[in-house]
Amino acid sequence: MSSSTYVQLVDIAKYFGKVKALDGLSLDIAEGELVALLGPSGCGKTTALRALAGLQVLDRGSMIVDGKDVTFQKASNRGMGMVFQAYSLFPHMTARENVEYGLTLRVHKTSKDKRKVRSAELLDLVGLSSHANHYPYQLSGGQQQRIALARALAISPKVLLLDEPLSALDAKVRTQLREEIRRIQVELGTTTLFVTHDQEEALGIADRIGVMRNGKLEQIAAPAELYDRPQTAFVAEFVGLTNPISGKVSGGSIEILGGVVKTLPGSITSGTGIALVRPENINVVAAKSGNATVFSRSFLGASCRLSISLANGERITAQISSPDAIDLGAGVNVNLSLLDLPLFVKAAG
Amino acid sequence: MKRSIGVRLWRWSIISAVAIYLLVPLYAMYDFSTKPFGFADQGRTFRAWQMIPTQQDLFPAITRSLITAAIVMAIILFLVVPTAIWVHLKLPALRRPFELLCLLPLAIPAIVIVVGIAPLYRWISINLYESPITLAGVYSMLILPYTYRSLSAALDAVDIHTLAEAATTLGSSIARIIFKIVMPTIKTGIVNGSFIAIALVLGEYTISNILNFKTFQVVIAQIGRSDGNVAVAVSLASLLFVIVLLLIIPTKKRQGSVLDVDAI
Repeated sequence: MSSSTYVQLVDIAKYFGKVKALDGLSLDIAEGELVALLGPSGCGKTTALRALAGLQVLDRGSMIVDGKDVTFQKASNRGMGMVFQAYSLFPHMTARENVEYGLTLRVHKTSKDKRKVRSAELLDLVGLSSHANHYPYQLSGGQQQRIALARALAISPKVLLLDEPLSALDAKVRTQLREEIRRIQVELGTTTLFVTHDQEEALGIADRIGVMRNGKLEQIAAPAELYDRPQTAFVAEFVGLTNPISGKVSGGSIEILGGVVKTLPGSITSGTGIALVRPENINVVAAKSGNATVFSRSFLGASCRLSISLANGERITAQISSPDAIDLGAGVNVNLSLLDLPLFVKAAG
Repeated sequence: MKRSIGVRLWRWSIISAVAIYLLVPLYAMYDFSTKPFGFADQGRTFRAWQMIPTQQDLFPAITRSLITAAIVMAIILFLVVPTAIWVHLKLPALRRPFELLCLLPLAIPAIVIVVGIAPLYRWISINLYESPITLAGVYSMLILPYTYRSLSAALDAVDIHTLAEAATTLGSSIARIIFKIVMPTIKTGIVNGSFIAIALVLGEYTISNILNFKTFQVVIAQIGRSDGNVAVAVSLASLLFVIVLLLIIPTKKRQGSVLDVDAI
């Protein structure tokens, strides 16, 4: 355990019959860090979060928080703040009473005056001071989640656990609240574990992202590193879009689209492989006698996505910033725009 | 937007039909209880109403029935409701068997229940305590189908698992979750279930009569045998009493609507 490690999950496992929800997951989180667990449904990310909260009993492994083994500690004594995917405010209490609730309990007992000050502080932090006396049914979904965040933070949690707190909200509110959660987390320096299946959310908010698959961690890295230097084909394909383009691999390089690019560690080392190329890493130049043809085009606002048919019959997607330059059905020349960015290459077939 | 006259007319027609359906029997009871005793006599008399206070068995029977109802209420609040919540929260596998168990009293005729429990009550009367209040035990069983259904519907309507988990992570004990979080959340279901239970307890006749306990309904039936007008007057008075009781019980209605729906 490094000196800055605050939360440590060591080889944790949880089985539901034959289903391996967690299968030897190990994860370290530094103090004040925001780690996002990302993965498809059923990969075990929520189970891991619930295990850390104490809501899920483990079959194997241990959990250490702030140097203390909490594996067998009751959830009510762990001091974790949690925000759930479903709206979880107590419906018979006002926003203020919800925020103060944790502080009225024996574990976090605080005097009435201090409770008032603390709840006012937190309602102000989430920008809902004016809604202190509103009941949950008088608040919108976004407001309810903000109050839930304030309630979780009120007990000064050791770790803030966010279980897809934005998934029930509409796109615009989700983006705003995501940024707000990050602002508050940085301001308070609370160690946070954020579970999501939305890669944009994870890429936009986390210090590090752990990609999970079948109860295990495939890779954990900073967002940019995860995106640019995936260590497995699953990570490359799950985070962002990729084009599978075949080419010949030799000596740690692959030859594709008329260029030679280095391969990432974990890639195959020889023979024919499939390079996973990001759409924005493909350069498209209009050319009547080009090596490819544009067969569909979708406008994305700031950019444009082109579906291109290569001379060898492969179909790829490219994302370019100037859509006007390329017409539908036009011939184009396609090559890699960043030859110094290594690619992950998986075995063909 | 103004509603059309047709819609309003339709609405008032339904309200009027329901009101007539409910009020005509009450008026008939009032009419019967104020009729002169002799067929040849004319006009109205309140003699039957004036005779209510003179019925010696009536008021002790009312008191006994009310105490029994209060005990049943306490059993609902401190045993049935927490058990139903516990089963929903912690023992989901037992939900179906528990539901089936709660529905059993509905499937067994009252007379069969009486035959079954008569020896038990004989033993209770001889060895413990002879009072109609001990009927609270069997009544608590009889009300289960109605109370449990009402509670179960209320529990299914709210995501109590998430509420309970949120309270747990904040440091709440299971007892506090049940009494301070879940029970206030399903308050309407508890109140509905309790009303049905009280109505059943105050209206139950078969079991108390066969076991020879003088409860409210048994005494009304006894009075009815000797003086029908007085029995109907007592029944109407008790109905009016319950209606008034229901009207004065504070029912805090949530009048707000979602505010700032466009805000985050």
